[in-house]
Amino acid sequence: MTPNNKGRAGNGNGGGNGPGSRPAADHCVRVCKAAGCVSAGSEEVFAALSDALKQSGQSVNCEVKGAGCMGLCAAGPLVSVEPEGTWYREVTAEDAPAILNSLGGEIVERLHLPTNTPFFERQERIVLENMGRIDPERLQEYLDADGYAGLNKALTEMGPAEVIDEITQSGLRGRGGGGYSTGLKWGTVAKAVGERKYVVCNADEGDPGAFMDRCILESDPHRVLEGMAIAGYATGASQGYVYIRAEYPLAISRLRSAIRQAEREGYLGNRVCGTPFSFTVEVRLGAGAFVCGEETALIHSIEGQRGTPRSRPPYPAQQGLWGCPTLVNNVETLANIPSIVRKGSAWFASIGTEHSKGTKVFALAGRVNNTGLIEVPMGISLREIIFDIGGGIPGDHTCKGVQTGGPSGGCIPADCLDQPVDYESLAGLGSIMGSGGMIVVDDTSCMVDVAKYFMEFCMSESCGKCVSCRAGTSQLFDLLDKITKGEASEADLALLEELCDLVKHTSLCGLGQSAPNPVLSTLRYFRDEYLSHIVDKECPAGVCSIHRDVEAAV
Amino acid sequence: MTKARVATVWLDGCSGCHMSFLDMDEQLIELAGLIDLVYSPLVDVKAFPAEVDVTLVEGAVSSEEDLHKIRMIRERTTVLVSLGDCAVTGNVPAMRNLFPVKSLLRRAYEENAAQPVAALSNDVLPKLLERVRPVHEVVTVDVYVPGCPPPANVILNTVRAILSGQPAQAAVNSRFGM
Amino acid sequence: MSVLQEVKTLTINGREASARGDETILEIAREHGIFVPTLCHLHGLSPVGGCRLCLVEVEGANRLLPACTTRVGEGMVIRTDSDRLKGYRRMILELFLSERNHTCSVCVSNGYCELQSLSRDAGITHVRVPYRYQRYTVDASHELFVADQNRCIMCTRCVRVCEEVEGAHTWDVQGRGIEARLISDMNESWGDSDSCTSCGKCVQVCPTGALSEKGKSVAEMSKRKQFLPYLTLMRDKWK
Repeated sequence: MTPNNKGRAGNGNGGGNGPGSRPAADHCVRVCKAAGCVSAGSEEVFAALSDALKQSGQSVNCEVKGAGCMGLCAAGPLVSVEPEGTWYREVTAEDAPAILNSLGGEIVERLHLPTNTPFFERQERIVLENMGRIDPERLQEYLDADGYAGLNKALTEMGPAEVIDEITQSGLRGRGGGGYSTGLKWGTVAKAVGERKYVVCNADEGDPGAFMDRCILESDPHRVLEGMAIAGYATGASQGYVYIRAEYPLAISRLRSAIRQAEREGYLGNRVCGTPFSFTVEVRLGAGAFVCGEETALIHSIEGQRGTPRSRPPYPAQQGLWGCPTLVNNVETLANIPSIVRKGSAWFASIGTEHSKGTKVFALAGRVNNTGLIEVPMGISLREIIFDIGGGIPGDHTCKGVQTGGPSGGCIPADCLDQPVDYESLAGLGSIMGSGGMIVVDDTSCMVDVAKYFMEFCMSESCGKCVSCRAGTSQLFDLLDKITKGEASEADLALLEELCDLVKHTSLCGLGQSAPNPVLSTLRYFRDEYLSHIVDKECPAGVCSIHRDVEAAV
Repeated sequence: MTKARVATVWLDGCSGCHMSFLDMDEQLIELAGLIDLVYSPLVDVKAFPAEVDVTLVEGAVSSEEDLHKIRMIRERTTVLVSLGDCAVTGNVPAMRNLFPVKSLLRRAYEENAAQPVAALSNDVLPKLLERVRPVHEVVTVDVYVPGCPPPANVILNTVRAILSGQPAQAAVNSRFGM
Repeated sequence: MSVLQEVKTLTINGREASARGDETILEIAREHGIFVPTLCHLHGLSPVGGCRLCLVEVEGANRLLPACTTRVGEGMVIRTDSDRLKGYRRMILELFLSERNHTCSVCVSNGYCELQSLSRDAGITHVRVPYRYQRYTVDASHELFVADQNRCIMCTRCVRVCEEVEGAHTWDVQGRGIEARLISDMNESWGDSDSCTSCGKCVQVCPTGALSEKGKSVAEMSKRKQFLPYLTLMRDKWK
């Protein structure tokens, strides 16, 4: 049987039925094996369930399987039972017999996690559609969920130009932060002249609090590989690299096993899906430098050089890896591709707002009840995300704002929460869509302290190549530190603003150009907090320890 | 025409800026027609007077005494001039900022002393600040004249410019170092 | 004819100019007698765009562009001397001056230093940002030269001249951000370097007193950068 047929056979049966809806056994118990739940002890739960099943002597017709991220990390370890669709929260190894005994009968009420809540119902899943529903280490489960059908369709029914046109029509924009039109980028690489071309998947996710790419790769690695292969076909590249940070060992091992499986089954390698198209993927590990998420620094790093950015133009689309035209796309961008090719651009473009199509995955963190990984349609309001999906703020505290885009983004105040989530409106608020970190801030946080935290991050992650970022972020951090200690004057505030403007407009790469954003946005919306530290020598949130004895500070 | 009340002070510096001031030579006579030198290491006045029009500050702020002095001088001066690199940048005195004060004193008064000093007292000697600072980091400065030292004609031109009401122009033709 | 060799016409500071497609904005500016300050750029070495002093305004571009790495384009309208650019340049020079310990009065390169003269030309009378006062070691282990990192501005001219012209690659950069600094070989003393040929090119291209010849006292270290364009020209000629 050719891989081509195999793929089609899988697709034919998978259509219409959800994955895992036809388990070989009567019941399928899935345990979340993504990083959040693993750290909460899901490996032990998995082992306990497997043991309990063995000891029961197969009296219940059931199988225990792993699954990718199930989303509600705050309630981990998570376990689901199919086909009933029952979810259990905060499961421990001791709960294993109770769950197995309940199969086919009453559910275990004390562990039950209702899924008819806004957290589940308000989400719209494209990128995460298979997450928690398939075993990331089994290719067959991905195939059963229409996996590689998009690649098959592209290779057998569409020309490269048609694929690019489809992506352009879909309105998909880069999910790594920039929001550049994906179709346009693909078209540029396709047009660029070069004997060899490359597709690079940027999985160097480094924003504090962001774990979208990690979960996608841990939970559904084939989806990203399929997106890369389609990109390779469309742009004329036959080699792909996934640049992933070494701090993600689970994602790396699942990605590597997915590459092996896909090569074995003919979805990667020579003659993909039985067509003349060849595409191989290699994994490259980053050594933990945030700046290597910047595409030119990432390319230098893959080439084995010091990970520092260079001036653009020329853009990587013209001169990238080893001087060849190179397409650099983020994990989530590539994970959207299979669905768009499979279901068509019109379907994708029907979701979202006028200029921001489709969905966006966010890592919801900070002072919010339901922390976890969510996927929402573009255009949803920040309020819906925080209060409906996120379940609001814990305790009696009030929401002060939300930080999007990590150290490159900004802080949006509570009175702007009705703004829709799309590239333009977030930019208008002084923040960015970013890669998807979303940190909710309440009245227990000091905004100057928040800005200082992100500035410290940028300062230590600056590569040091250009002076504006190298010395600028260091000076900005020192000034913010001075403010939080109550040692700053209003002249320091003016200097802070002048330096922000300088670093933003004269830094070489995106890291420096966006480093002042957290300061600028908190200055814009929470200037009174800065002034409290400077004039009244007080921290309204009580976070900063102010030196009363300013004389001694000199 | 009433003469301008001008003072010069010497904080942590080598007095080279004052030497350069004297290098005006015969032009000092012209200057004497324009100003009254109301306080200076060059004249015998013990206390810094009230209401000074222009004060030229040589030297960086190194000790608690310097800090006290410069704050008082700032209050009593209309136009404060940072004269020379020590006042403007910290210069040589600030090279000690790379070391903690404690280890400096130990090196100077114990390890390298011909007769080690038993205990250092701040009763007589002003306490050193942890860091030497340029004047403008401590008080507001109106005019900067870099140079180590600034040439005599630059100092003269600066004073002339200030007296004729053009302080912004004062610092041309001078740079860090020399 | 390659696209890069086509002649482009453009406007720089209101003057019309023509250029080959492979020329940079900096080259065109200098050709027309327009002074654009640079510290990391040096004719004969690959451009890096790290000192940010040569940033210029190009109409239609969404950000400032470094003149040293940006190639000219047809119809480009370039401005090199706006008040905004002058303000940025002043602050950038102040950042350089505050970053390490530049005590001009006791420096071997006093009077010959590019940072010093650019600061004077930019009208810098004092540094508004606080000095950092971080201590860097002085490496005097080499028999002919001294490396004083207190005076280094991370322009990486020495790294590039050593790799690209001398072919020794003795110098490189270690660490990142404000902690980044030069190292010789695998972070060994310069005197112990196996790769260093003692050619002295790094010393001659260094814009400040960070690299100097041994035995030179204050204000004695003039540099001879003239060798570089000549060397490059001769090499290209006999390639």
